[in-house]
Amino acid sequence: MIAIIDYGVGNLFSLKSSFQAIGADTVVTGDEKVIKNAKKIILPGVGAFPDAAKKLSDAGLDLLLKEEAAKGKPLMGICLGMQLLFNESHEYGVCKGLGLISGSVRPISEVIPKDLKIPHIGWNALRIKKESPILKHVKDGDFVYFVHSFYGADCDESVIADCEYGAPLTAAVQKDNVYGCQFHPEKSSKVGLGILKAFCEEVN
Amino acid sequence: MITKRIIPCLDVKNGRVVKGVNFEGLNDVSSPIELANYYSQNGADELVFYDITASAEGRRLFTDILLEVAKKVFIPLTVGGGINTLEDFDRVLKCGADKVSVNSGAIRNPELIKDAAKRYGDQCVVISADVKRVDGVLRVFAKGGRENTGMEAIEWIKRCVGNGAGEVVLNSIDTDGVKKGFDIEMLDTVCEAVSVPVIASGGAGKAEDFVTLFKTLPKVDAGLAASIFHFGEVKINELKELLKTKGINVRI
Repeated sequence: MIAIIDYGVGNLFSLKSSFQAIGADTVVTGDEKVIKNAKKIILPGVGAFPDAAKKLSDAGLDLLLKEEAAKGKPLMGICLGMQLLFNESHEYGVCKGLGLISGSVRPISEVIPKDLKIPHIGWNALRIKKESPILKHVKDGDFVYFVHSFYGADCDESVIADCEYGAPLTAAVQKDNVYGCQFHPEKSSKVGLGILKAFCEEVN
Repeated sequence: MITKRIIPCLDVKNGRVVKGVNFEGLNDVSSPIELANYYSQNGADELVFYDITASAEGRRLFTDILLEVAKKVFIPLTVGGGINTLEDFDRVLKCGADKVSVNSGAIRNPELIKDAAKRYGDQCVVISADVKRVDGVLRVFAKGGRENTGMEAIEWIKRCVGNGAGEVVLNSIDTDGVKKGFDIEMLDTVCEAVSVPVIASGGAGKAEDFVTLFKTLPKVDAGLAASIFHFGEVKINELKELLKTKGINVRI
């Protein structure tokens, strides 16, 4: 059973449906006991970092997620959920994250040319940087769907894939049992479903 | 680098996909669930659903269909039609929509975009504008293109983006249904006025119209069409192969 963390941020219907489509058992939950009993954890998220970080800590889930990750349980953050894994974010001031991935979350406006639009929205090609179990079914150049205005910075050692948007932007990270995707696998058609499938089957 | 998006638009009434010429004389085309799945398998980058039902019963039918689509189709879904309140945003987002497109609802209440962007984020709010030239001035039309609001279109679109709309769908009433190509001139004016993604709508009659669109206006992010896809006149996978051979970056 995979626990999809529900902490009042965004709508989880598509995410749950995408796991259903690959035959994986999930539960959408914010319950400590259920999360502790789950084999793996998905941390979703849309919206602004400080608001999400506050909701996570108000629910006591920040400590729980750190504990579960420290035990070696596979955890994957998606979109803002990936950013929450970082040490800190610079969205609306500086805000602390879970500190599971070394690095900080910074505005993409700092690195991309002025004439490119923000948010970075649409399909972009992945460039694989390191082998990772979640990329088992992914080929270099496969397209995934992004929607974001901030990106994972100073995290070179954890980057397993990036994409080009006037500058290289972090697309996926891994540090031991902790994984993150900046893009939306649940909206990235077959390539995205392949990543979720690999997280279910290849990661232990 | 980010690709140009090809987006089929499905107008849904009483559970069926319809498309009219210049918004009049609607025809049944196919089942929205089957059509959505077909498009997703054949290269569509995103889908837009417009609910053109007026009754409460039709509205429920629409959200039921949306739920079924979101269970099977894993590409971004934009939903529009009858979006007048934050509750309407909530209703369709819960059924699996990723973006919500507002048109007449924003004309009646311009604060809607501001409130929705604040609650769901800019990326979630799309302003869809039906625009027509009237005595040489671009005017915004409401109620599916039937009513001239008297508002100047560029000022209106800029105001919506200023309020937090993260994307613009520009539907030219002048070229819609005519199948002679997108309204390049009108799109150029909008692209120069805003910095958010612009989606071209209205006028696509053949695959080459998309080549002309992206070659002439590299700033346009996506091309949207309905009938040419629904009637099989243009196949999306073939269209994208053509775009690729013309040097336009697309997802194959």
